[in-house]
Amino acid sequence: MPLHRLLRDLPIDSKGAMTGSIANRILLQPRSLSDALKMLRDEGPLTPLAGCTDLYVSLNFGTLKETRFLNLWGLDALRTIDVGRDVLRVGALATHTDLIRSKHVQQRLPMLVAAAREIGGVQIQNRGTIGGNVANASPAGDTLPVLAVADAVVVLQSAGGSRRVPFNEFYTGYRQTVRRGDELIAGFEIASLRGRQWFRKVGTRAAQAISKVVIAGVKDDEVRLALGSVAPTVIRARRTEAVLARGASIEDAQQTLLDELSPIDDLRSTAAYRRRVAANLLAGFLAS
Amino acid sequence: MRLTLNGKRARVDVHPLKRLLDVLREDCRLTGTKEGCGEGECGACTVLVDGAPVNSCLVPAVHVDGARVTTIEGLGGRHRLQRAFVEHGGAQCGICTPGMIMAAVALRRKPSLEEIKVGLSGNLCRCTGYSAIYRSIRKAR
Repeated sequence: MPLHRLLRDLPIDSKGAMTGSIANRILLQPRSLSDALKMLRDEGPLTPLAGCTDLYVSLNFGTLKETRFLNLWGLDALRTIDVGRDVLRVGALATHTDLIRSKHVQQRLPMLVAAAREIGGVQIQNRGTIGGNVANASPAGDTLPVLAVADAVVVLQSAGGSRRVPFNEFYTGYRQTVRRGDELIAGFEIASLRGRQWFRKVGTRAAQAISKVVIAGVKDDEVRLALGSVAPTVIRARRTEAVLARGASIEDAQQTLLDELSPIDDLRSTAAYRRRVAANLLAGFLAS
Repeated sequence: MRLTLNGKRARVDVHPLKRLLDVLREDCRLTGTKEGCGEGECGACTVLVDGAPVNSCLVPAVHVDGARVTTIEGLGGRHRLQRAFVEHGGAQCGICTPGMIMAAVALRRKPSLEEIKVGLSGNLCRCTGYSAIYRSIRKAR
């Protein structure tokens, strides 16, 4: 494992300067959402920038390739959380702190509050946004299993209009999404959910840790399950859901779940550990 | 770019993507804010933006245009928390201390131990002096 945070491990060029330099990078500053969408259409490709809690980690470590950015942070229209026609609507710029404090989210989607509380520490929760968590497209994103299990809808906007994509069709592969370069994630729509909601994250420690396994479940007449950090993208465990609907035992459901996962060994955990923990979490959820 | 820095109006002329941490340390000469990890793990660079703790290594300058920024210097040196950290052994090597104190400033009055632990969960102390840090905060808040 590399010795993190030692100077010799940082990307330093021949003049001794960090390659995470900003000198050759530019930032476009839209005044409104429509302004931002026009910039994406006419002046792209641009990388949208919100709370920067992921983007600046790459910048600081010299691994950020992009050079042209679009500042979304001031677009308050994308920050609202409300309920209309029995649908919870969460703006993409809502921070994790906004999610934790929102009465609407507390009442309708408590598992999202649970997920937001386990992201980073307070400093990260104050800046990181749900839209950024989704757009960053890490398979370990903590809000992702919640959106998957809730059958959320992603609202994508471009200068030409908007489209709604089921969250479970949003990712097409590792760090790949259906979002086009001229589109922004405007927000998420989550229809009313029945049943008990459940969220668990297993990491090295409670705060400031990236998930080894993250899982969200809803239990009503039927069971719904979604997991992160166990496949190239967040996954809905549809086969496990199906066998449970047919009355499978916990052991059989665990076996089906193991067949659905494709975890890897990486610096945070091993595939074997992730499989074992995912199966244990499923048993815990079903027994609770 | 204009901001209110430690209660006073300030103007800085910097690249919009420059890290707030570097703006504070290099352009404003406020070196009380420390850099630890540069990736939002350690909280050593914690400052308040409009009253909320953030990691200044992950905030572009443009995001504090028009905002109120408070650094450890803004507490003046005789703040109850600063005195408590001295009196109750809350500071060991000291590198995490400004960030710990800025995270603690944002806590509500009379926080429970659990609230202190959650509020400071984004701050790491490599001397592992957490008990004394929590004790200092309980005495001061």
